[in-house]
Amino acid sequence: MHFSPTLRVSLLFLVIAIAALFFADIAITTANPWRDLGRFFLGVATPDFFSTEGLATALLRTVAFAFVGVALGSACGFLLSLIYRFYPVRIFCAFIRAIHELFWALIFLQFFGFHPLTGVLAIAIPYSGIFAKVYSEILDEADPGPARLLPPSTGIISTFLYTRIPDCWVQLRTYTAYRLECGLRSSAILGFVGLPTLGFYLETSFSQGLYSQAGAMLILFYVLIATIPLWVKPKLLPVYILGAPFFLGDGMPIIWGNVERFFTQDIIPAPLRDGEGLAGLGPWFSDLMLTEAMPGIWNTLILTQIALVATGILTLLAFPLISNHFGGPIRRTSGHVFLVIARSTPEYILAYILLQLWGPSMLPAVVALALHNGGIIGHLIGRQTNAIHLRPDAPTGYRRYSWELVPRVYRSFLAFLFYRWEIIMRETAILGILGIYTLGFYVDSAIQQIRFDRAMVLILITALLNIGIDILGRYIRRKLALQTMPTC
Amino acid sequence: MSGFELSGLTASYGGERVIGPLSLDVKEGEHVALVGKSGAGKSTLIKLIHERVDGHASLVPQDLGLVNALPVFHNVFMGQLDAHPAWYNTVTLVRPFRKDREAVKDLLRELGMADKFWTPTASLSGGQRQRVAVARAIYRNADLLLADEPISALDGPLAHQVMKALSQRFATSVIALHDVEMALAYATRIIGIQDGQIALDEASNRLSAADIMPLY
Repeated sequence: MHFSPTLRVSLLFLVIAIAALFFADIAITTANPWRDLGRFFLGVATPDFFSTEGLATALLRTVAFAFVGVALGSACGFLLSLIYRFYPVRIFCAFIRAIHELFWALIFLQFFGFHPLTGVLAIAIPYSGIFAKVYSEILDEADPGPARLLPPSTGIISTFLYTRIPDCWVQLRTYTAYRLECGLRSSAILGFVGLPTLGFYLETSFSQGLYSQAGAMLILFYVLIATIPLWVKPKLLPVYILGAPFFLGDGMPIIWGNVERFFTQDIIPAPLRDGEGLAGLGPWFSDLMLTEAMPGIWNTLILTQIALVATGILTLLAFPLISNHFGGPIRRTSGHVFLVIARSTPEYILAYILLQLWGPSMLPAVVALALHNGGIIGHLIGRQTNAIHLRPDAPTGYRRYSWELVPRVYRSFLAFLFYRWEIIMRETAILGILGIYTLGFYVDSAIQQIRFDRAMVLILITALLNIGIDILGRYIRRKLALQTMPTC
Repeated sequence: MSGFELSGLTASYGGERVIGPLSLDVKEGEHVALVGKSGAGKSTLIKLIHERVDGHASLVPQDLGLVNALPVFHNVFMGQLDAHPAWYNTVTLVRPFRKDREAVKDLLRELGMADKFWTPTASLSGGQRQRVAVARAIYRNADLLLADEPISALDGPLAHQVMKALSQRFATSVIALHDVEMALAYATRIIGIQDGQIALDEASNRLSAADIMPLY
């Protein structure tokens, strides 16, 4: 029997995911999961916008952190993109973007404490790495023709400003605006580690069972993201960017002694710090690998593979919801609403909610990752099908779906899926903070035990794992000749 | 010194020689028209000369090389980016100085498109785009002009207007033209290219259209 390369790769990943299911811990452990879920939905349906004045502040802080973080990241990323052709710069950028915002926040919290700088840098640093890569890809696409026509002694700044920037301006702007939306999500979840953004209040309301309050926050967050085109205008941007730093809140002052101690003591591996010398390093490292890193890597990989395939299946089920090739306006409108909610909710928040309702296991994580990522890819693929013109006598219903549409979009579907593979893994690792035994769990435990040396090694391992998956994903996309635009 | 003496001009695409080897000697003050049917190697020759004079010439390539997102003014102003420091060019990108605005406007008036000053070049017609590229070449203020079919999208009076402007502004020029009448009207010397070689090289006042026709 002959399989096309794309189908072979799909089946291979499906088999891996099914095998992974046997090793995965998938269970609903709470006594009354459906009653809790019902109460949660009742809360969303009866939002309480006025219970606490903290809500408005939380929204303001979320927006402020997003603006400052993304603006700083975009400026640094732009400068880095100019020297991105140098190999060490590429490695550096790959490294800083392989570490999730929450991990950066956890690191900075240890020495800056709850100072606004913690939240700003947690967003700005990984975003710089991403901006550098995407900006440099966009700039490379500029038409080289006009630059060759300039007088030979034209300076590089003038050449760059006149021939490259105008050609890429629209793309640079679109991508940056898109990243701002991602930045709002990142900013919201920073609250889960204690910064004064939405996540903090969401966690508080949830833990007290105040579902109407939590529902109000979620609804306001969706409204905030859905109305971005209305309140983010090019003319207002300077106002926002200059004003945002004043709305970050005061937090706590930085204690510089902590900063010094963090770098000179805390992150030095324990055997070196305690004077055991290099001889103690071997046992320390192998203990760390065996008891924490290995189980963490194993669980992260298992969960990533299951979530990846679940995302793919959900995407294929969801894209017809917004496709013009099926059904009527009511189904499409509700389809749009479903996909907007799925992709606007950070997977971390989804996972947190599901975990509260179903109890700790890999199941809430898989569902959260699949919903969020499936929402993003489903939306893109659905829109893509709207550009397809079928012959007038094309079959309808399931046959249209399976014979006309899926074959046409399958390659770009796979492209998006493999592009998001690394993102799913980054998220999987971070979901460990919620109590699933992925790498984030061991990082978080090490930090709580004030063993920062171990936490740093584990974060480093997580970053290397992400870089590895990124390279593998890119290799597969190149092998299958799949192309895609960046998503976050 | 705007003339040039070049020898060993040769170019190949995919292992197949498309031009040369040939030598070309153009004296200051000469206006050369390159004629010949399409594919004879005229464009390649223009590109070769541009490379060999190290870019010290105003060039109007066939694809024009405009920055589509920038308005007409900036595309023309680009001809003199080397005449100003980077800060001046940067300010000009946001808000052009009056002096430059007027210089560019005069030039565009001469080419019959003063009304399109702030239009992004992406939204212009083929003939208008061609005139923007011509205006940029003139604004560049080099002594030597290299142009590849600069009037192919222009008709009648406009084509003459552009050719007149070009021959007045440049001491020396090499222009690829498929219109034999125009070549005879504006060039002092006609070079016919056939299969990558010079098949005809004569002062234009000693030629008639009938002498050139065998090249096509």
